[in-house]
Amino acid sequence: MTATLDASERPAEIDKPVNTRRRRKLREAGLGYSLLVPALIIFGIFIFYPFIKNFILATHQVPPFPGLPEKNVGLDQFGDVLGSRDFLDSLWITVLFALMTVPTGIALGLGLAILAHQKLKGIAIFRTIFSSTVATSVAVASVMFYTLFNPNIGLLKSISPTPPFLENPGWALIAIAIVTIWQNLGLSFILMSAGLQAIPDELVEAAQVDGAGPWSRFRNVTLPLLSPTVFFAVVVGTIFAFQTFGQIDILTEGGPLGKTKVLTYAIYEALRQPPPNPGKAAVLAIALFAITLVLTMFQMRFLERRVHYQR
Amino acid sequence: MSTTDGVLAAGVPEFTTPAAATATIAAPKHRWGVFWRYLLLSVVALIVLFPIYMTVVNSLVETDEFSKKFFPTDPQWHTYSDAWTNGHVGNYLKNSFIVTFIIVIGQLITATLAAYAFAFLDFPFKRTLFIVFLATLMIPFEITIITNLQTVSESGWINDVFGVTLYDTYAGLAIPFLATGFGAFLLRQAFLGVPRDLQDAASLDGYGHLRFMARVVVPLARPTLAALAVFSFLSAWNQYLWPLLVTRDDRLRTVQIGLKQLRNTNLQDFNVTFAGAILAIIPLAVLLLVFQKQLVRGLTAGAVKG
Repeated sequence: MTATLDASERPAEIDKPVNTRRRRKLREAGLGYSLLVPALIIFGIFIFYPFIKNFILATHQVPPFPGLPEKNVGLDQFGDVLGSRDFLDSLWITVLFALMTVPTGIALGLGLAILAHQKLKGIAIFRTIFSSTVATSVAVASVMFYTLFNPNIGLLKSISPTPPFLENPGWALIAIAIVTIWQNLGLSFILMSAGLQAIPDELVEAAQVDGAGPWSRFRNVTLPLLSPTVFFAVVVGTIFAFQTFGQIDILTEGGPLGKTKVLTYAIYEALRQPPPNPGKAAVLAIALFAITLVLTMFQMRFLERRVHYQR
Repeated sequence: MSTTDGVLAAGVPEFTTPAAATATIAAPKHRWGVFWRYLLLSVVALIVLFPIYMTVVNSLVETDEFSKKFFPTDPQWHTYSDAWTNGHVGNYLKNSFIVTFIIVIGQLITATLAAYAFAFLDFPFKRTLFIVFLATLMIPFEITIITNLQTVSESGWINDVFGVTLYDTYAGLAIPFLATGFGAFLLRQAFLGVPRDLQDAASLDGYGHLRFMARVVVPLARPTLAALAVFSFLSAWNQYLWPLLVTRDDRLRTVQIGLKQLRNTNLQDFNVTFAGAILAIIPLAVLLLVFQKQLVRGLTAGAVKG
């Protein structure tokens, strides 16, 4: 890497004997490794070891009675779990949830960002309000909306379906999506705002001078320049959506009729419902990892191209 | 606005008076235009704030007045003390603060050390090790929990080797998160921006690497460190799955899990649960107001700059 100075480049050291220079290099390497050690220990114990162990778990079946040795079933467990109706349902629910939350969330965040992208007195107050949902956590948002959806005392009781929102197989996932979209609104706004502010005003003004109307300016100048930000938000938002857990745990616990059992909740259930089934949980976790990996790769390739394009 | 300045300085040097130009073109021509803009902004702001507002109202009214009152005419402040003491929210918040504090400090330290090594030192396998750090970003937390739970449990190897169980302890809540690949990456970028001349000057002054890091590099990278700190705080504070799995003792639960507990034990007294939710918002709301700029920097670090 160009970042580091080679010891030989330093004029003061030219006269020194080779021996000292080598010792100095050794010491530098030693220092380098010791600075990395704290992080590497944590990564080793809590990320890489469990990551590898997870693949071993996935090939072992839990014995039907405690105390019996675990059985190595090879790849059979993958077929069993990934081919099961339960998994396909969970995957479909998770995909559906991502489709409900990600595009809507980004569109609303972009709308707020455009609205706040004006030179007006006091606009900072509105910006703070628009980003305010960042202060709420998933748990806070879930508890807030829990009553809103309550069929007896909630604000939506007049339009509440029977069975009520959170117990209605047709509505529960939508209700969870609404909570999620609201809770992520602040984050989406912050991202889109930063993207908008990074666009030089001159480009938009040049289009205005050329006679482009507001819609045409947005469509042909702002949106293309914003596309990297939108793309980033889509990828990260989808990864987030695939890791959704808290709102499900608080509001529906995977119900009704498993209609909100997203992948993460299925992993949790395999671990927590008696009897615990780590093998199944491990296979589900690998599926989740594979999906996340594809999304991340996709993002990295795209970002790389973008950087080359800019420079 | 500062972001725009940065971009202007970097890429578009020709236009020297962007502020003046924008002011004349972008400003609405009529007073009515301004009025409508404010009206629209206010309406949208009210919609965004509405759930929070209703939670505040509902935390202060009697349970049978839910959805009937939109302003607490007879505020029941006792719900807050109920939530704080009987509902253990005070204790949950304390736990969240302790765990979050340990994680933020830990991440700042490990990330600073690693980033310094990557930015200023030369050693064999540096590139490989850097890729190892980046690889941690690809591994979702969910794939590690099964084994991590085993590791910290009574029958796990940490107990076998060190004779301590991390299950149901602050250590168990915090230790898995004491290092961050993202943070190391972010800080390395910032450290690479430190002028090389400074390093030469420091070494002429007899500064060793550690002194140079503490006295020169860290102060110069303060904005990035602050952004990382706020980002770490937010993610540690909002953790849900791991704290749920690794604690059973209610006295050690963080506020996120505590809120669920509070809801389950107060199925009749929703107002107490809402008071708890508001109490849980306050720390982050303060953080957001005070460190707004750092928060935005931290959250957008990966997005806009690429």
